[in-house]
Amino acid sequence: MQQLVDNRFFIVTAIKMDFQARFSRSAFGTLWAILNPLVMVAIYAFVLSKIMHAKLPGIDNSYAYPIYLISGIIGWTLFTEVISRSLVVFIENAHYLKKLAFPRSNLVFIVLGASFVNSLILILAAILIFLLLDFSLASSLLWLIPLEILTALFALGIGITVGVLNVFVRDVGQIVPIVLQLMFWLTPIVYTINIIPESSQHWLELNPFFIIVNMYHDILAYRTAPPLDSFVKLLAMVGFVNVVGFGLYKVAQKEIVEEL
Amino acid sequence: MSILQLSGVGKSYVEYPSFRCRLLSWLGIGREQLKSHCILEDINLTLDPGDAVAFVGQNGAGKSTLLKLITGILSPSDGTIEVRGGISAILELGMGFNGDFTGRENARNTLSIMGYHPEEIERVMPDLEGFSEVGEYFDQPVRIYSSGMQMRVAFAVATAFRPEILIIDEALSVGDAYFQHKSFGRIRELQAQGTTLLIVSHDRQAIQSICNRAILLDRGRIQKEGPPAEVMDYYNALIAAKSHSEIQVTPTGDGGLQTISGDGQARIVEVKLYNSRGLETAELEVGELATLSIQVDVNQPLACLVCGLMLKERFGQVVFGTNTWFSEQALDNVKVAEPLSFDIQFEARLGVGSYSCTLALTGGATHLEDNYHWVDLALVFKVVNRDQVEFIGSNWLNPQFTIHRG
Repeated sequence: MQQLVDNRFFIVTAIKMDFQARFSRSAFGTLWAILNPLVMVAIYAFVLSKIMHAKLPGIDNSYAYPIYLISGIIGWTLFTEVISRSLVVFIENAHYLKKLAFPRSNLVFIVLGASFVNSLILILAAILIFLLLDFSLASSLLWLIPLEILTALFALGIGITVGVLNVFVRDVGQIVPIVLQLMFWLTPIVYTINIIPESSQHWLELNPFFIIVNMYHDILAYRTAPPLDSFVKLLAMVGFVNVVGFGLYKVAQKEIVEEL
Repeated sequence: MSILQLSGVGKSYVEYPSFRCRLLSWLGIGREQLKSHCILEDINLTLDPGDAVAFVGQNGAGKSTLLKLITGILSPSDGTIEVRGGISAILELGMGFNGDFTGRENARNTLSIMGYHPEEIERVMPDLEGFSEVGEYFDQPVRIYSSGMQMRVAFAVATAFRPEILIIDEALSVGDAYFQHKSFGRIRELQAQGTTLLIVSHDRQAIQSICNRAILLDRGRIQKEGPPAEVMDYYNALIAAKSHSEIQVTPTGDGGLQTISGDGQARIVEVKLYNSRGLETAELEVGELATLSIQVDVNQPLACLVCGLMLKERFGQVVFGTNTWFSEQALDNVKVAEPLSFDIQFEARLGVGSYSCTLALTGGATHLEDNYHWVDLALVFKVVNRDQVEFIGSNWLNPQFTIHRG
């Protein structure tokens, strides 16, 4: 924690640099950060236009489906961004790791910070769209703050685990996107849970992202507070993956620079 | 109070046959069966503020690894490293610049990684930009820089704030002559303010002019440590050393050390210097015609024998050197016990001061193939100025001033 305070300037500068780096040679800059998930929403909305106007129980709006879709995608975007960036954080920063001495875990906080900023932009864009769709805001929105933090931390634990492994076995870098792809379709983001036969629904509950996406739906689409026991479960998962992730990082740390 | 202390430092890399073994060893299983590769062993070193140390040694001797350990990029497998002060390091010719960013952005980024406050960074930025002298390129992406320009910015960044310890691995040889002079100037300035310098270089001149100590690393161990001139002589002998040749170092009486190496198939047994009147001497006048006479014993039949001479000034810089290979007088088929002597006649067009002769008997153009006998400081003589105009420098160019007035 002390280290985090000592290095705050560097981390803030680095997050800014991160944005610059990604968009340094592009004309629209930061706009791309939100365009990507929005295009995704637009595509699904278009392809699945049949059910677009279908009312979803619990959402009192004629554009229920896009609202549902956007809610889930906000969570999913944060989750995957943290994981896929942690996956390559050591490899991509090899040039710094090999030439400068600095607290290495700063890199992880940069990933976390940058993803948070992206997510915030996306949430603001979503709120704007919701208002355009005549879907007013509710106080349940405040629950988004702890949920975003826990989701990011959950992804961080997974991300740091795969990030460390990826340094030594580069196959990990190929496997993770595939697993994420599977997870995306095995989570009710694009569809609703009730299109799955009731007898198989409990399989979905094994998917760790299932709890998270439901909470996003509760907060944004159904405008209610998510159940407390979901938070407790999520907190336990966050604890578990981070103990594994940072534990692994700690034993492997010395060998990471040698291997890069 | 020392600024840097290494005690018993070693570095070895474990060879993991597979990733599974690595995973298991992280869990503490099967660690004993793993082979490890030793890069550095038992390094002990204490440095005080203002010390300037050069690490020399062949490629793979462990110099860069040692600097990385000191910087903190790698962690030692054995021993402890105590550092009291901020380190600024240029390793492997760079500071991790990102090609898409401009020189300015990279400078800012690297300094902030090093832990400086944004305000401090902005304060030194004009100086940094001025020192690097890359002009308008400073605001252009680093990917279009030449390696020399990158080096300029890297050096400017590394020395933007006075570090307690400055580490430079090879980097100084990249810049052009102008920037080298400039960076040496900056290094001396920092040294005067108490910065400790650690460099890796193969440039003898650079080492001797800025370092007060040199350390020779060979196969991961400190082989020799001392004043740069001595260590460089020893290193020179070492790279020539064949398995059966031995290196012998003897004190010269005035506090210096003399290095002798070679396999002894031929030996220099006597060296004498004669002045223009044919008298043996240890003192020559500027421009005097002198003769260096060398007696050689041949102990083995030799296919080829070359005699070489090198004159060094007081600080060990080479003033002149050549050999009978280059003069196309290499001897073929030399028999055992053949009476042999070389007379080298030369004009002592040298500046006032003391000079040493290094003599070598080799089997070719260099002493790297067959080194029969190599004697540093084989003879020391003085040059005095009796009848020439007064001048400075190590060369007498016999100038003629023609003055056109009015």
